[in-house]
Amino acid sequence: MTLTVDLVIATAVAYVGLLFLVAYLGDRYSGSTEGGLLRSPFVYTLSISVYCTSWTFYGAVGSAARNGLEFVTIYLGPTIVFVGWWFILRRLVRISHDQRITSIADLLSSRFGKSSRLGVLVTLLAVIAIAPYIALQLKAVTSSIEAVAGSSEFGRGALEGWDEVGLALGVAAAMAIFTILFGTRNVDAKEQHHGVVAAIALEAIVKLTALVAVGVFVLYAAGGLDALFTRAADAGLRIHATETFGDRWVASMVLAAAAIICLPRQFQVTVVENSDESHLRTASWAFPAYMLAMSLFIVPIALHGLTTMKPGSNPDMFTLTLPLAAGQDGLALFAFIGGFSSATSMIILESIALSIMVSNHIVVPIMLRLSSDDRGSDGLGVRRLILNARRLSIVLILLLGFGYFYLTRASDALAPIGLISFTGVAQFLPAILAALFWRDASTRAAIAAISVGFLIWLWSSFLPSFASSSPVVAGIMAQGPFGIEWLRPQALFGLERLEPLAHAVFWSLLLNTTVLIVGSLVSTQSALEHIQAALFLNVFRPVAGDPSPLRGSATVDDLFLVARRVLGHERAMRLFAEEAKAAGMASTSLEPTPAFIHRLERELAGSIGTASAHVMLSKVVSGDAVSLEEVMQMADETQQVIEHSQALERTSAQLRATAEKLEFANRQLREVDLQKDEFLSQVSHEVRTPMTAIRAFSEILLNEGDLDGESGRKFVATIHKESLRLTSLLDEILDLSALERGERVWESRPIDAEASLDQALRVCDALARQNGTQIRPHPRVAAATVLADPDRLGQVFINLISNAIKHNSAASPVVTVRSRISGERYVVEVADNGAGVPEQERSRIFDKFYRGSLGEATSKAGAGLGLPISREIVTRLNGSLEFVPGTSEGACFRVTLAVHKPAAEAV
Amino acid sequence: MATDILIAEDEPSILEALSFVLLRAGWTIESVTDGEAVMGAVRRERPRVLVLDIMLPKRSGFEVLKQIRSDPATSKLRVLVLTAKGQQQDRRVAEELGADSFVTKPYANADVVSAVRALLDEPAALAKP
Repeated sequence: MTLTVDLVIATAVAYVGLLFLVAYLGDRYSGSTEGGLLRSPFVYTLSISVYCTSWTFYGAVGSAARNGLEFVTIYLGPTIVFVGWWFILRRLVRISHDQRITSIADLLSSRFGKSSRLGVLVTLLAVIAIAPYIALQLKAVTSSIEAVAGSSEFGRGALEGWDEVGLALGVAAAMAIFTILFGTRNVDAKEQHHGVVAAIALEAIVKLTALVAVGVFVLYAAGGLDALFTRAADAGLRIHATETFGDRWVASMVLAAAAIICLPRQFQVTVVENSDESHLRTASWAFPAYMLAMSLFIVPIALHGLTTMKPGSNPDMFTLTLPLAAGQDGLALFAFIGGFSSATSMIILESIALSIMVSNHIVVPIMLRLSSDDRGSDGLGVRRLILNARRLSIVLILLLGFGYFYLTRASDALAPIGLISFTGVAQFLPAILAALFWRDASTRAAIAAISVGFLIWLWSSFLPSFASSSPVVAGIMAQGPFGIEWLRPQALFGLERLEPLAHAVFWSLLLNTTVLIVGSLVSTQSALEHIQAALFLNVFRPVAGDPSPLRGSATVDDLFLVARRVLGHERAMRLFAEEAKAAGMASTSLEPTPAFIHRLERELAGSIGTASAHVMLSKVVSGDAVSLEEVMQMADETQQVIEHSQALERTSAQLRATAEKLEFANRQLREVDLQKDEFLSQVSHEVRTPMTAIRAFSEILLNEGDLDGESGRKFVATIHKESLRLTSLLDEILDLSALERGERVWESRPIDAEASLDQALRVCDALARQNGTQIRPHPRVAAATVLADPDRLGQVFINLISNAIKHNSAASPVVTVRSRISGERYVVEVADNGAGVPEQERSRIFDKFYRGSLGEATSKAGAGLGLPISREIVTRLNGSLEFVPGTSEGACFRVTLAVHKPAAEAV
Repeated sequence: MATDILIAEDEPSILEALSFVLLRAGWTIESVTDGEAVMGAVRRERPRVLVLDIMLPKRSGFEVLKQIRSDPATSKLRVLVLTAKGQQQDRRVAEELGADSFVTKPYANADVVSAVRALLDEPAALAKP
């Protein structure tokens, strides 16, 4: 068999034809029982192997030849993720099933409040980030064809006159047509492509078999593994060099782990195309096993190539050139098909995944915005538009890939290109992890974080790849933009120690994550974000019902129109008929329930993405705002528990405070009650005493008929005296009670206080004479005008003077009455030369009914209300009545009143 | 000869009325007008009955009663308590302190006389060997 370029191309075309057949059959039988194999976990696992692209097929050998065992990291990262499928993949799959997620952009958009902006951002960035990856595939296919052509004695055959660039363009165009035919035949519910998956699975088998075949051939040609390693050691080749395990090693492993989650095509096959969650369990060991098989022969092929091929040959092509050099044309053709498989499967799936994102997140929203009033248009319009948008985006994506290839064609190695894409898509990882595990992550923070990470990526990873083709870029690399050294793409902020890949990964992911965390902490979530976050986090929690954040009412006709536009007439009819049947009524009289609207939204989301479906339905469902109650209902249980307990705490604190107030009030009431009891008891005693005497003498007078006249008169006089005492007691009690209640029983006016004092002295004159008391009324002021009632003021003076007379036990009793004006105060002092007031009684002499020990002993006192009444009166006159301590003998009471100023009154 | 009745009362009118009534009933009486004087008078006059007002100056009737009951020489003395204020509680306290009988002010003269008579008769009967 003679290998020519024409034969190679013919084989490739035939191989593509085979793939078409498989895809067609796959689509046809996917729903039937014969298609059971298609839904097996092994087909699922094989489709995941789309991860292994031509980079793996060719590039890993080149990578091993150049950088030793570094290529292992590309397998280790995904292995870790799949072995730990329980933590991340399981959640991703469950959430995506529940929410009808169609792509990685849809996932992030859905979690972050169905944000259209985030969807657009992720889509654009993914398209840019994947361009190098597409370029890598183009390069690999082109190189492999070139390799065949270079070794062929028949020259370039049909490719005569095509240079490398032209060849790459041709490959890109062919791939575009291929992908359009494959992936955009229909807008499918849930975006599952069973036929494509079947074809991809076949390709996975082809590429593995081809690589293993080359590996076995190499072992055979080299005379066994021992001989191979011995020869390599002799040639001084040390593939497992020690410096491999450095920052770059860590960086590429992190990238590979991120890529298996973030790459649009991986998300497509692992999450979107997954038809059964349990398949993940199988894939968790089968996929790492597949990768192990793929990597098994990498080192032998690389060593054999390095030892047998002439120096300067491209190690990336060893897999193909080794069989060619040995004249194994059949094997070489198989190897070419293997590499071709790797490249095509990647390009097909990647562009399908990206085109879904572009149409759902960019084209449909724009269309929705532009055509708000085209409800009357035919139901196929939206679907046709979506399909065309996808076809266009596939062409665009491949053009971008070709553009990148064209600009960076000077670089030989395949592996670095792949790592650039990996770093780009890894910028989605922080947001995805936050979506799965962090409730407080906010939309604005996610947008900012992804943007920042992506800018760093553009600067420190994407831009440097043009250094070999652009002197400007090379200049920026060396000196920094405008000579700013700390902005040099591979030494940002002065960090020069890290190897370029690790440097880009470090800064982009660090700043990305920081912005996400800080941004989320300082920004607040909208109600919809809150709801979506709860849905994502509680995905494994049983929920009562299936609450839709889209609430309100819509007519069934409006809903049907929307459904028909997106799903097509047939599927829309079926959906509404099912609902009508379930509701037990005719489809014409169907009342759209919130649950049905929610279901419809999910169905639409399966075709046009979450955000677009939400926008579309919102247009016909009125009152779509989420009510506060619903937000509260959906708010996290823990949050509710916390709030509840806080509320309880607040309530109990209030109760405690209220109880304290009540207790205080109660204490006061009890005190008042006690005072009242005390007062009543005092009054009762004071009344009883004269009453007892009156009763006793009345009975004597009544019963004793033989009383002598003198005794009778005396007894009657006693009765009279005691009844007077009773009367004055009652008067005093009433008086004090009125004063204490604040009743204004007099009218104050400017009077001469001295006149009242004179009046009081005259009243007391008789009492003084009776007691043999001398009254000394000096020194005195001539006159003093105060604001008062003359009778009341006189009452105070009389009380003080008579007290001084009655309680004076001195042998020659003297009472001194002095008055003076001191500043603006008028002061009257009444002093006696008696025994004075004992120290311990001074605090009580103004208490009601308190008469002091002397007063009680002499029986001369009244009821003990004089001083309290006097003090009450003086207080009402805005003055003061106090006992003056410190005088050497006797007691002294002082009345102080403000001097009245007529001028002040005039003003 | 021992006095029949010692009256301890500070209100002059009440003391006068009590004295008149008890004298007319045929007993001999002595009187004091404050709490401090009671014990001395009891020891000196050895009355058979003490008519004791609770609201006494200098030393309250309760204190006096307590002292009487704690002194062996006077602990058997029959005591009639006159109470005017907070009757229920005063009465309970006086009972606990060992008062033999109570009259509440304002009283009927006949009540005082019969209470005193009861106290004068009964202990005599009981005290006889």
